[in-house]
Parts: sequence; C-alpha cells; structure tokens
Amino acid sequence: MRLSAKLTMLMAGLAVSACTNANRFDNGAVDLNAATGNAGGFVAGSASDPSSPAYFQQTIGDRVLFAVDQSSLSPTARATLDGQVQWLLTNADYNAVIEGHADEQGTRAYNLALGARRANAVMEYLIAQGVPANRLRFVSYGKERPIEICSDESCYAKNRRAVTIISAGVTG
Amino acid sequence: MKQVLASLLAVLLMAVSAPSVLLAQSGPLRIEITEGVIEPLPYAVPDFVAESAAARDMAQRIARVVADDLTGSGLFREVPREAHISQITSFGSPVQFADWKAINAQALITGAVSSDGNRVVVKFRVWDVFAGTELGQGMQFAGTADGWRRMAHKVADQVYSRITGESGYFDSRVVFVSESGPKDQRAKRLAVMDYDGANVQYLTGGNALVLAPRFSEDGQRVLYTSYETGMPRVHVLEVGTVQSRIIQGQDGVMSFAPRFAPNGQTVVYSLTQGSNTDIWAMDIASGGVRQLTSAPSIETAPSYSPDGSQIVFESDRSGTQQLYVMPASGGEARRISFGQGRYSTPVWSPRGDMIAFTKQNAGRFHIGVMRTDGSEERLLTASFLDEGPTWAPNGRVIMFARETQGAQGSSSLYTVDISGRNLKRVRTPEGASDPSWGPLQ
Repeated sequence: MRLSAKLTMLMAGLAVSACTNANRFDNGAVDLNAATGNAGGFVAGSASDPSSPAYFQQTIGDRVLFAVDQSSLSPTARATLDGQVQWLLTNADYNAVIEGHADEQGTRAYNLALGARRANAVMEYLIAQGVPANRLRFVSYGKERPIEICSDESCYAKNRRAVTIISAGVTG
Repeated sequence: MKQVLASLLAVLLMAVSAPSVLLAQSGPLRIEITEGVIEPLPYAVPDFVAESAAARDMAQRIARVVADDLTGSGLFREVPREAHISQITSFGSPVQFADWKAINAQALITGAVSSDGNRVVVKFRVWDVFAGTELGQGMQFAGTADGWRRMAHKVADQVYSRITGESGYFDSRVVFVSESGPKDQRAKRLAVMDYDGANVQYLTGGNALVLAPRFSEDGQRVLYTSYETGMPRVHVLEVGTVQSRIIQGQDGVMSFAPRFAPNGQTVVYSLTQGSNTDIWAMDIASGGVRQLTSAPSIETAPSYSPDGSQIVFESDRSGTQQLYVMPASGGEARRISFGQGRYSTPVWSPRGDMIAFTKQNAGRFHIGVMRTDGSEERLLTASFLDEGPTWAPNGRVIMFARETQGAQGSSSLYTVDISGRNLKRVRTPEGASDPSWGPLQ
C-alpha cells in the first residue's frame, strides 16, 4: 500500500514533467533537465542531486524507445540503460518498476503483451549488467497510457517506450 | 422452428451474394434473412392502447422502442404514423386490414398497456396484413414500471422471431468500458447497458484502469482486467451484487484477456511471465490452472467454441498476429487466417459457424468474419481503428469499438450486420470501448 502510494506520486510527477518536455528527445531518451529551470546550485532531492530520482529521470534518461512491433534494444537504448545501471548500482536504496508501452496501432490485448516484452527486455538488460533482480519488476500498460496523443509516427515513436520508474526503499 | 432455422442456415452457407428479401406473397408473412437483404419489410406500429390513465405515456413510449428495435435491425421499415388511416383505440376490436393494406404495411403490431402504478402489463398481437390473419398468438408481459423498456424489447423480439424465424436480440445487455478524459489521461469504468445504449449503470469507479469485460453465458458474471493492484489482473464481478475479486493474482505476473467457457466454470486467459505470454485455463471454483499453450511468442485473446470443445486465439508465432484453433484442453493448434495483414481478437459466433476478428492491413483496421476453417473471409468495416467484435446473441449482428484519429480521438461503439450492412453508432453517455454482448434475457 505504502509502496503503491509512493509510486503513484512519483508517476504523477513524471507524467507532468513528461508532458511539458515532450519534444526534448536526445539519443532516444527524454532529457528533461534543461527545461525544468534548475540552473541554480545543488539542492538535495532535486534534479541537480545525482542521487535523486529526478536526476535519474531527467539526466540519466528514464526511458528507451522501440521500433514498430519490436522489443529489441537499439544501441542508443543500451547506452541509456548503461547509465541506468550505474545509477541503480550507486543508489542501492532504490528499486525500480519498468513500465512497457505500445502505440495505438494495435489491438488491446496484443499491445499489453508487446509492452511486457519491451519492459522485460529492459529488465533483463539491467539484470545482465548487474542490477539485482529483486530490486526490479515490470508492468505493461499496452496502448493505455500514451504520452503523446497525435495519430502519426512522430507521436507513436515516443509512445513505444519502456520507462524505468524509481521507487524508494522497499525490497520486493 | 428447428426446420426453419436449418433452412436459413443452409441459405447462409450457400448464398453469399444473393441480394434479396424473400417476402412470401401468399402464405405466412416471412422474411428470410440472406446475406444481402436489401428491401426492409414495411410494418406499422401504432401507439399501444392505454388501458388505464397511468399507462398513457408508457403506451406511446413502448411502441416507439418496438419501432426503434425493428427498424434499427435493418430488416424492417416503419410506415410513418402520419400515414396511418385506422386508429387502434381498443386492443380487442377487429383490425381494419384494408386500411393497413392501403398504406402497404405488410405487418401490423397492436398492443395495449395497463398500469396500476408500479405494475405494468403489456399485451400485443402481430398481424399479417395481406393475409388478413394474426401471426402467432397474442402475448402479454408483466413487470414493474422501471422495466418498461425490457417489455418493449420483448415485444420486438417476438415480432422479429415470428417474421424471420430466428431468435431476436433486443432484450439483451452489453457490458463495456466507459471512457472519459483525453487520450493521455483517460479514465475507464466498467459499465453495463441495454443493447441500444439505454439504462447505463456503472460497475466500477474510475480509479483503477479496467479493460475488456466479458459476460458469462448467463449474463450474471463479468470477467475483466483491472490494474487495481498495480498489475493487470483478471477479476470476476457478480453483476447482481457488483462484488468483484481477483481470480489470478500470482505475484509478479500479468493476467489479462479472460473469457468464460460456455460451462461458466472454466476461465481462459493470457498470462505473461518474462517476455512470454501464453494461454492458461482456470477452474474458477477450485483455482486449479492448466497451461494451454507453450510457445515463446505472444498467445492471447482466447475464445471458446459454443460447444466448449475448441478455442480460437491469436498468436504471433509466425512473425505476425494470426488466428489459430486448438482443442480446449490445449495441444496442437492449426492456423486458420492466411490473408494479407494481421488478425487478432477472434470471437466464436454463438451459432458456432463463424469467427469474427479484427484485421489490420495497409494502415487500416477492419472487423471481419470468416468460417471456422478460415474460409470465406469477409471484411465488414474499415476505419482508422476498429477493434474487438462481440456477437449479438442470435449471431446476426456484431458490435465493436471504433476509435477516431488524432489528439481529440475518442472511442464509440457501433453495430453492423454480418452482411456488412446497417452500420450504426450506439449512443453512450461517454466514450465507450471493449463491448461484450450478453445473452437474450
């Protein structure tokens, strides 16, 4: 219960920042750092604190993107995930939930399974690179949670994603 | 009755493109539904006679719902009330057939409603105008006032079945997902409604994402997928009490796409472990499970044949989504879809003779039907995104969800005949998706 409440808060924060920075893509990951206005000094817990989930989300890059109907990791995606691995190994108090998503061009059940393939591909990569499996789990939302709502490839490309959501301190 | 059905079925199998309504000129009034009915049968339904002052309003409304049902089926055409010559002022008075012949109403439906406050009695008769005889026998339904629409649907079902020889589908309900909010913040609730969109009731709140409800064959229970726990999990809900519980809550795995077996005891669904999604069956009482597929690919959207012996499902084991049929106990599956594009969400028809599906091809979505061996594929619709067919209880009509394109896109329910005719939107208070059509009540 506590975990899910925390997750909800973290995800709500993510959704807001993801919307406001929807166009800022860099190397397949969203770079949310520049647009959040934290040009000032180091503030614990803020995006300028390298041990904060905000830093993970905005600077490391919390998401990787996939080709149509694919779940294989591109070199760009692997580079982002390598950053995630380093962060997770450094910040061992945090766990992560990987959310898999699909674009709207598909039927509902298939897209759920496809999102699971994507999230699992990320999870297996993180585990292979040394993140303990007991700190990770995944869930698929299929096509239910797009971040971009137009009906063309510019939006679809951003919706075909796996997002690593950092959650605090409960080992599952 | 049985013989009529058998001959209709024979017509269906052979006459894929013979467009006709066969109106018997002599002999009993009859529509034979073929694949290409083009001329609906003209009928008249004057306001029912109010046999008590309290029933006056309802007597009119019931006749209107009967007309909406019959005309909405696409098989009947109402002769407008303005054209009527005779008035029906008493249920027992003789019918002036000449007056109805003169306006070319081939069928006439007369009725009466009495009410003593909460209890309502509806009587009706169906007349073959040109033969000058009654078609079948007069009947009456009794119920409470708030069930007046159901009584109207029952009258329409009787008219439909007496004239077509097939059972109707008007007194039935549909469970679906009611949608509100923009695409990136969409809230979804389970809801149930009459087949025509009336009497919507919500079964869940909007907090947890819910997907793809499926009625049991008796309409008493609904299987669906809910994210209430954070993971998609198969739930079962009792419609009467609106109580629900998780039936597949195994830690760390997703379960979804559930459907009841015809026996109401077994549930078939998809389970995701790692990257692999397979089909499982569960005995709902004991919780005992059995894995039915074990391929490394995505196996989902299972649907039983009406005799419970087989399951049709979709799999991308060939590289793209295609349809397969396997024994209900699992085992070897044979592919049945071989056309262009991707096939998904197969649903076995209640008659057992056809499978409805979603097809994606060249950037468009279609609802289609094929025979259970994959032959005689016919696409019924085409749009930006059509998805998730469900069969009317008589197997003549399919309901599905259509999502419109773009940032303002929203989802609505539509019905279409299995001939591809009579595409109609079902009015719902909000957006709507994932319909599952329940039994004739």
